[in-house]
Amino acid sequence: MRRNDPTRSGQPPLGLAGEGLSPNLYDLAIFILIAAAFAILAHGARQIAVPAERLVGHPIVLDPRNLPEYALRTTLRMFAAIVASLIFTFVVATLAAKSRKAELVILPALDILQSVPVLGFLTFTVTYFLHLFPGSELGAECAAIFAIFTSQAWNMAFSFYQSLRTVPRDLVEVSAHFRLSPWLTFWRLEAPFAAPGLIWNTMMSMSGGWFFVVASEAITVGDTTIKLPGIGSWLAVAIDEKDIGAVVMAVAAMAVVILLYDQLVFRPIVAWADKFRFEQTAARERPRSWVYDLWRRARLTRRTAQAMGWLGGFVERLVPRPAAPPIAVRSSTARLFDLAWIALVLAIVAYALWRIVLFTRQSLDWHDVVVAVEMGLLTFARVVVLIALASVIWVPAGVWIGLRPWAAATVQPVAQFLAAFPANVLFPIAVVAIVHWHLHPDIWLSPLMVLGTQWYILFNVIAGASAFPTDLREASTLFRLRQGQWWRQVIIPGILPYYVTGALTAAGGSWNASIVAEVASWGDTRLRAAGLGSYIADATAAGDYARVVLGIGVMSVMVVSCNRLLWRPLYRLAERRYRLD
Amino acid sequence: MDTVLPSTTNDLLVADHVRKLYPKGSGEDLLVLEDVTLRLRTNEIVSLLGRSGSGKSSLLRIIAGLMPASSGSVSIAGRPVQGPAPEVAMVFQTFALFPWLTVLENVEIGLEAQRVPPAERHKRALAAIDLIGLDGYESAYPKELSGGMRQRVGLARALVVHPRLLLMDEAFSALDVLTAETLRTDLLDLWCEGRMPISSILLVTHNIEEAVLMSDRILVLASNPGRISSEIKVTLPQPRNRLDPAFRALVDDIYARMTARTAGKTVHGMFPGTGISLELRRVSPNLLAGLMEQVAAEPHHGKADLPALAGPLQMEIDDLFPVAETLQLLRFAEVAEGDIRLTDAGRRFVDLDPDGRKRLFSQHVLAYVPLAGHIKRVLDERGSHAAPASRFKDELEDHMPVLSAEQTLKTVTSWGRYGEIFAYDEDTGVFSLDNPA
Repeated sequence: MRRNDPTRSGQPPLGLAGEGLSPNLYDLAIFILIAAAFAILAHGARQIAVPAERLVGHPIVLDPRNLPEYALRTTLRMFAAIVASLIFTFVVATLAAKSRKAELVILPALDILQSVPVLGFLTFTVTYFLHLFPGSELGAECAAIFAIFTSQAWNMAFSFYQSLRTVPRDLVEVSAHFRLSPWLTFWRLEAPFAAPGLIWNTMMSMSGGWFFVVASEAITVGDTTIKLPGIGSWLAVAIDEKDIGAVVMAVAAMAVVILLYDQLVFRPIVAWADKFRFEQTAARERPRSWVYDLWRRARLTRRTAQAMGWLGGFVERLVPRPAAPPIAVRSSTARLFDLAWIALVLAIVAYALWRIVLFTRQSLDWHDVVVAVEMGLLTFARVVVLIALASVIWVPAGVWIGLRPWAAATVQPVAQFLAAFPANVLFPIAVVAIVHWHLHPDIWLSPLMVLGTQWYILFNVIAGASAFPTDLREASTLFRLRQGQWWRQVIIPGILPYYVTGALTAAGGSWNASIVAEVASWGDTRLRAAGLGSYIADATAAGDYARVVLGIGVMSVMVVSCNRLLWRPLYRLAERRYRLD
Repeated sequence: MDTVLPSTTNDLLVADHVRKLYPKGSGEDLLVLEDVTLRLRTNEIVSLLGRSGSGKSSLLRIIAGLMPASSGSVSIAGRPVQGPAPEVAMVFQTFALFPWLTVLENVEIGLEAQRVPPAERHKRALAAIDLIGLDGYESAYPKELSGGMRQRVGLARALVVHPRLLLMDEAFSALDVLTAETLRTDLLDLWCEGRMPISSILLVTHNIEEAVLMSDRILVLASNPGRISSEIKVTLPQPRNRLDPAFRALVDDIYARMTARTAGKTVHGMFPGTGISLELRRVSPNLLAGLMEQVAAEPHHGKADLPALAGPLQMEIDDLFPVAETLQLLRFAEVAEGDIRLTDAGRRFVDLDPDGRKRLFSQHVLAYVPLAGHIKRVLDERGSHAAPASRFKDELEDHMPVLSAEQTLKTVTSWGRYGEIFAYDEDTGVFSLDNPA
């Protein structure tokens, strides 16, 4: 991962090599790609706009001919959510970075929100959106998109906020010095600087999002059952009808969708974002993508870039340019305002808490809390055991792969693909196996929780091992370190920051997955593993809002505590002691 | 304070009684600039020469309109500065180029901000690139360029907006010796031939030779708080020769001025603060020993001329002065009039074996660095012989900015470890008396 890419040197950067005006083959290829994208988008949009009567209760037919359209609908939901997440990110993160008062509220809120089990949200949002658009499928669509949004937005906003706060001081000074307007400063300084982090987080969010789009398409809240056309609903129907062939088709369709997403979206964007990397040296192998190479070679793209530049310049002229940027002076009264602001926020929080107590007290007592906590501890035990198991398997495997560049180059994309693949599509197959061999659901449903999330451990460890300095490896070889000592003193400390990142993501994902993994069915057969996930799932199915709230609350507290008490200290230790740079 | 500046139409820049205070962690504000008054006429190059902590960068940023003065006024071309003035362009020490923009786009950025139409912007940027010797690199990204070429981009970016006053913030200090010299010479050539659209240059530097080489006038800044201690006119004709005796004499003279002991101040007057809140510079025991050995050895025999010492060691004053002054603080040497002379203790130190050096060093640290003595006393008094570092850091922060407190504590930790006065555990952040076996 750290060698120079010879194919890149000598090539002129995009948009500056002078050539003729006639179109070439690359132009044609890009044109076809873009035309296809437009056609697909237009078709999907028409489907959503179909009159409401036809759509409510629109039956899902397990006909392979419908599958491409369902796959497309699922994908469109995904992209709608990512657009919403980006807008949210730009607004909220910018607000947090520019206003201290907003920052005081937004940062903790993001921290908590990303620990809340997303699927628990669905109960409320479905009802809300259905009320908002009565009799229309749009409400259910919004609820599904919102569910995906809530699984994506927080880490993106946080990444963008962090970038905005760490823009290099000298570049800020240059921008102030040449009196760049806020608009120009954003596009020339802040957005490019934040781009690599934001894009990486967006891509990670999208990879995680496939799981939720599948889970949120078919949902039952009390008496209301909604099945939006998509792969998730197809799967739900296949489970009801015990159609294993349809399940396999769904797996195949999902694999195709993820593969296309990986090749056409993920890799080109990561390769493109590399140019925004804030470093003054050119070493290191760059991420590559054939689609991006195609795009760069096409002349059409240069026209597009120029058009965009012209548009940007036009807007720039509309935005008033400040005569002189105000110089920030911090007065002592500011602290007083901060205190008042915190007091106001605390008051609102207290009121909200009071309302929650009022709401839950009608139907809950302390016994319910005890039960929920017990269930939470069961699920907690599952998460701990499974993450430990996954680590025991994938850390040595990841180290082995990461230390061999050829293996890393082959396995890394596969691991990223597997992390994006929604594991819940595979659940029915596992359930069939459990039913067939009469296995105990309390034990055998558990592995489903890490089915999709274990790959985060693998690909982070691979990345860490690939980045491990050669001189340290050579030194440890020269001193003939024994196996145990090598693991203890060389490689584990070396990959610890990467491992912690991966394990944290995997654990968070597993908590979320428990809501769909601890309850499973195959036709009339229902399998249930005792735990907080099944507790929330049952409450959702029964329309028991109070217990849903309780379950989500307990789960959020447990996730936040895990993060604070385990992962955060471990990560800090890794950053302080074991950073290699 | 009642100096009245005779203002003439020739004055491009007038800074009048400028003061700058920074808020500290607690207590009083930190005074970084005290009553600085300076004038810049057209057609001159003026250097602000000072060491780190002399507030020279703060002064430059006040002039550039990037930072407000706490009191006093700055005006450029007769107009008071209330933000970045259009007549001014600045070259940054760190180059401060946008890594995602090409050379051409980087140069154009100032014009883009002024909303110059693209065609004209392009033409002017190419002209500036051409002038500064960057042709052929228009489409390169900064990371593909060497440090010297990057700073040329910074220079082109500043010149393209046609400023009247060019500010240079230690613009050559991040470059290697040869590259910096080439760039200085090229800049002087352009200046002498009148090919740059600027009428004056104000450059901030800590390099004495650079100041003598380039400027018509040198303003020497003294530290703590920053103030102009002397003004030197340089009348040597351009191009100047570093080996010219008159050039050398001027350099020696400035060294002497910058190390002159101010009457009425204590020996450690060069370090801000007193008692345990004495602010220490980050100088390692190895560096101290190294300089003592250098001064003791041939051809100096215990007494050396600082410029003569600095040259062969490739040290600039910002590297050399803190070491020399720390030796003075620890009574291993005396620094005055541009010379450094080892004390008896210093001579003895050089002759000792490693263990003896540690013992002597620890005696001097305990005797002359009140903070070290303070930490030792606290550890002795406590039954556990341990104390958290945060306790001392809080004490320091009452008297100095957070960053200085951190630096001071790190320095005293490193000295304490070398002298085996106390131990420090990085993981727990605790000082203790037990030495690990």
